[in-house]
Amino acid sequence: MNIKKQNVWLNVAALVALFLILFLFENYGSKYQIRILNNMGIFITLAVSYNLVNGFCGVLNLGPNAFVAIGAYASALLTMTPAEKQLNFIIEPLIWPLSVIQVPFLVSLLAAGALATVFAYLISFPVFRVRGDYLAIVTLGFGEVVRVFCNALQSITNGPLGLKGLADHTNLWWTWGVAVLTVILVARLINSSWGRAMKAIREDETAARAMGIDPYRHLLLGFLVSAFFSGVAGGLLAHLITTISPTLFTFFLTFNLLIMIVVGGLGSTSGAVIGAALFAWGGEALRIVERPMDLGIFTIPGIPGMRMVVFSLILMIVIIFARRGVMGRKELNWNWLLRASRQ
Amino acid sequence: MDLTIFFQQLINGVSLGSLYGLVAIGYTMVYGILRLINFAHGDLLMFAAYVAIYGITLFTLPWYISFPVAILATGLMGILLDRVAYRPLRDAPRISLLISAIGASFLLENLAVVFIGGVPKGFPRPAMFDQVIVFLGLHLQVLTIYTPLVTLILLFGLLYIVFKTKVGKAMRAASKDFETTRLMGINLDRIIAVTFLLGSILAAAGGIMWAMKYPQVNPFMGIFPGIKAFVAAVLGGIGNIVGAVIGGFVLGLGEVLIVAFVPEMAQYRDAFAFVILILVLLFRPTGIMGEPITN
Repeated sequence: MNIKKQNVWLNVAALVALFLILFLFENYGSKYQIRILNNMGIFITLAVSYNLVNGFCGVLNLGPNAFVAIGAYASALLTMTPAEKQLNFIIEPLIWPLSVIQVPFLVSLLAAGALATVFAYLISFPVFRVRGDYLAIVTLGFGEVVRVFCNALQSITNGPLGLKGLADHTNLWWTWGVAVLTVILVARLINSSWGRAMKAIREDETAARAMGIDPYRHLLLGFLVSAFFSGVAGGLLAHLITTISPTLFTFFLTFNLLIMIVVGGLGSTSGAVIGAALFAWGGEALRIVERPMDLGIFTIPGIPGMRMVVFSLILMIVIIFARRGVMGRKELNWNWLLRASRQ
Repeated sequence: MDLTIFFQQLINGVSLGSLYGLVAIGYTMVYGILRLINFAHGDLLMFAAYVAIYGITLFTLPWYISFPVAILATGLMGILLDRVAYRPLRDAPRISLLISAIGASFLLENLAVVFIGGVPKGFPRPAMFDQVIVFLGLHLQVLTIYTPLVTLILLFGLLYIVFKTKVGKAMRAASKDFETTRLMGINLDRIIAVTFLLGSILAAAGGIMWAMKYPQVNPFMGIFPGIKAFVAAVLGGIGNIVGAVIGGFVLGLGEVLIVAFVPEMAQYRDAFAFVILILVLLFRPTGIMGEPITN
């Protein structure tokens, strides 16, 4: 059996195994386990798509929270029934076409991704005129502007009150289905000529340009694909937690994504998956540090904020002492796994 | 709008703008030398405000001792920040340095949450800053007048250090050409430490005045002044100290006047700075005082 064929079979087998595990959890897992797995699926989608811009294109985008917010609001407004919308919008009524439209979940997710992509295209002009720190601060600014608008445009977003009572469409099949799809598509993009061009731009933009690569087109494609999946993930998130408000989509969300891809390894898709999985699991496990601890003789009171201190420390320690993260720029692949298992 | 209200708002704008300017100087100096946006710079405002509060309430120091102590402590905090978060990454890719800066910012904010708690604290404003003077029909809080004065005094002090002393000469050299400066036998780590010290001292002064102006202090109070001050630094021309202050004035005035003239815009106030930023980057990336980019 040649290696290519063998890899295809192994991939299919791994997918079957993954969905078998999900099936078992869906039917026999506790609510808590299912919630962590759902979060994991969404985080994987977000981290892999975020890593496409930050890790492979090599530009520090600090605005994915904006695309998640756009996707979440778009998808939520499209799936709510007109009656629910009336219940939600007490202060100012929802503007006309949105107030009567209701579409199936899948259509709303696609629309969420599409809208996020449109916004990404619109801001790509100021964003890609600059590089480095400036690009970081412009995208950060965009994230803040979107949040300000979520608060201010009451007749579309219901302002600070947010949207409540969304249907809980999101389940393990949705979150992991989208995650698998994202990983496959992003991996294919990275291994195409477009992906190699992106890496060339990351290493040396001037040299890439001399080779005839147009940086703007390639960075833009990475940015748009990333925004699309961030938007879809936003839609999934909205229908998982069923209540959204502008406070969900602050810079804090971006910070969490940054931890995932830095720990996983900037520039490795499998690294991003590992980072997201670790974060979803570790984030829950770390709740211990904020809970009161009963030591028998006396009780240590829970310390709010401790979890974030640990997260910030992890980010700084990884970036200062182990800049490559778990995977560096390597990818997990079957050849490597098989060789490792033989030894 | 009648003229008194206009002048009132004008003075408020100048006062706010001078605060942005003070903080912007720190950004512009660090960026000039390290080419790094020091994301944690805004959090130094918060640090200074808390030290000042505890100086007054816990140790019952008079303000004229508590404030200088807070300013000095913040200066040392700036040096520590550089030593821990930035110095190990001098030869690393720029993206790593930025990520470290973001991590440091979140660390400072959440350490404050852990040790002090997220509940906002009132700032015990000394009585002498509470007075209101009436001048030509304008009701002015003395703090509003002191703020730009303090800013100008500190600005001239800083300009003296940068342009008339040996350390300042080394700082200017480092911002022109990092590598050559190192080859000239100048201890760059020391120069960078001095840069952080000076920038943090100004940020601390800004933070204390900010806390007196909006007498509430919380662990996240530094984020928005920080980001806006950075925009001011870009607007003025990054790397240019006088430009940073001018950028601060423009931003502060613009923000106050827009809200004063078009009250409906008040909820978009925080977006104003970013719109300015994008416009500057699109049309004049080198800012008001910046020199044209040459390679």
